[in-house]
Amino acid sequence: MTAKIEAKNLVKIYGENTDKALELFNQGLSRSEIIQETGLTVGVAGVNFEIAEGEIFVIIGLSGSGKSTLLRCINGLLMPTSGSLLVDGKAVEELNEEQLRKLRGEEISMVFQHFALLPNRTITDNVAFGLELRGVPYEERRERAQKALISVGLEEWKDKLPDELSGGMKQRVGLARALVMESGILLMDEPFGALDALIRAEMQEELVSLQREIKKTVVFVTHDLDEALRLGDRIAIMRDGAIEQIGTADEILSEPANDYVDRFIQGVDVSKILDARSISKWPRELVRDTESASVALHRMKKADTDYLFVLGPRYKLVGLVMKEDLLPLAQKREKSFTDVIKEANTVSADTIMRDVYSELRSAEKDLAVVDENGRFLGVITHSVLLMTLDERKGGDGIAES
Amino acid sequence: MVLPSLELPKLPLGDAIEWFVRWLIKNLSVIFDFVSDVLSAVSGALSDGLLWVHPVILIIIFSIIIWLITNKLTAILSAIGLALVWNMGLWPELVDTLVLVVVGVAIALVIGIPTGILMTRSRKLEGFMRPILDFMQTMPPFVYLIPAAMLFGIGVVPGLFATVIFAIPPPVRLTYLGITQVPLEMKEMSIAFGANDRQVLRKVELPLALPSIMAGVNQCIMLGISMVVIASMIGARGLGEVVLYSLSRLDLSLGFESGLAIVILAMVLDRMSRNVGSGKQTPLSRLIEKYNNYRKQKKEENKEEIEQAA
Repeated sequence: MTAKIEAKNLVKIYGENTDKALELFNQGLSRSEIIQETGLTVGVAGVNFEIAEGEIFVIIGLSGSGKSTLLRCINGLLMPTSGSLLVDGKAVEELNEEQLRKLRGEEISMVFQHFALLPNRTITDNVAFGLELRGVPYEERRERAQKALISVGLEEWKDKLPDELSGGMKQRVGLARALVMESGILLMDEPFGALDALIRAEMQEELVSLQREIKKTVVFVTHDLDEALRLGDRIAIMRDGAIEQIGTADEILSEPANDYVDRFIQGVDVSKILDARSISKWPRELVRDTESASVALHRMKKADTDYLFVLGPRYKLVGLVMKEDLLPLAQKREKSFTDVIKEANTVSADTIMRDVYSELRSAEKDLAVVDENGRFLGVITHSVLLMTLDERKGGDGIAES
Repeated sequence: MVLPSLELPKLPLGDAIEWFVRWLIKNLSVIFDFVSDVLSAVSGALSDGLLWVHPVILIIIFSIIIWLITNKLTAILSAIGLALVWNMGLWPELVDTLVLVVVGVAIALVIGIPTGILMTRSRKLEGFMRPILDFMQTMPPFVYLIPAAMLFGIGVVPGLFATVIFAIPPPVRLTYLGITQVPLEMKEMSIAFGANDRQVLRKVELPLALPSIMAGVNQCIMLGISMVVIASMIGARGLGEVVLYSLSRLDLSLGFESGLAIVILAMVLDRMSRNVGSGKQTPLSRLIEKYNNYRKQKKEENKEEIEQAA
């Protein structure tokens, strides 16, 4: 399979008259030596990678490591000083103005760190902006923009101005503006960097679930390692314009290529990567609040347990029932057990594992995992948590606490 | 004490300028005559047209326009002010002055705004224009009257010429400033979504720079009005002429009245041009919104009808 995006010895040096700086770079001088000699900054220093179609490729590094520069070489906002960048096998740096505009308008769309929404346009007109540039007729582009807004859950805001939206909503609009172009490649430049932690986690979750449907080739720039590990099919760690290591989250965590990568990942708490939802399991048996006490007892026997979680309509968690409370009811031939339902210990789906652990320690029974609407997603048993921790490198760190 | 004088020849700077203007007159007089004829015809026709309408009707029309783009109070105050000018017997002079200002400002904007845009595109042009703009703004405006009179003779056209030169720097500067202040990420965004140069300018830079550009327009109008008295020194008609006349006769009563008329005109034009592009709610914007909603509703009804028919 050919790569969707491919970089070959890509070098980007900022400034004019880059010939001398390039020559010094080819002689193997370091970035700081080149600045001293010529005053020019090497943004990207000889990078090679291949990105497959449908992959989320995360570029991570500290600020000034060249990750945004690299991203901008993909859609030709910046032109490489030497080397080549291929999109669908075609070299971006060889395209003329017209072809470049076509590439940007049809093949690649971009999401920006500070949203870049036009303050004088309504949300719909912002989302339709790319289509407007492409010359799509008014009615059609509005219709498509509104569909895109529905997919990010903002259809009620379509006639508002950007200033009336919160940061998270603004970035959803930014995402909708990129999605409406129906291009195969999505470039995201620290898209969640300006959002607070809670919204960020929510947006990450949404991106992952959205990606399952749309299957775009995503190039995602971030400086947040947790984010990279959570989202990236593969991750490239950059330093001083060069890529230190490319690999999956597991490869990078378990076999860091060098000291720098090792130190880079030291900052991560491994237990933070997983959340409650990802380690939850579907229980062997459940009972609905409309079913009878004897049915509940029968299921308990089958599952060899003395309590069950009770669900209401639409998988809403109602609570749990204990065997000892049900036995008297069954003897009295009472059908409904709704009076003896007790409150269950719950955690929300995005609770990080460290917090799940402390919650679980204080609870005797298993934890129910619910989403923001109170819908039941699964349970976390004591054994599940220990097993998961054991599998990870950071397990011993948790055991101490 | 006598300063020791250096026996250096004086540089003939002034002479050079005079020689240049004379050369222009000698070689390009056809062009200047043509421009002069066109401008005096246009402003003459405008004045005659406005004076042909009865002042009351004109005041009502102005007030409605002002109400549409500002608010009720401003409109009423403007109407009272304009009626006062009529009452003082200065209405024809007010119209002449208004025409001088409007035509002068229109020319200044037509030249100034594109120049400001071009300056954002070329650093060389920007470096070239900056001292020229400083020069234009700080040179005492009386000085422009001399070449203006030499090139265009006496009358409204040299007054226009001096007004344009004096009033052009603010729209140039504020257009340049407004566009350079558009966040880089916005421009990058539009390019990343496939915009060409013209689209970047039209759909991103100009709309976002609009408040700054409108501030330039407002400044341009104010400077245009402040040139009114000066321009009358070379025969431009209007309120300035009356001020000048009362000054030569030491007629305080007439001087105050004509001065007040200029102030009223300035305030009316300022209020008219200040709100445009600020995004504030005005009766006009509300009307447009209502019309859009009406159209939307109509369209949806049509759609339903079509669906029902199908």
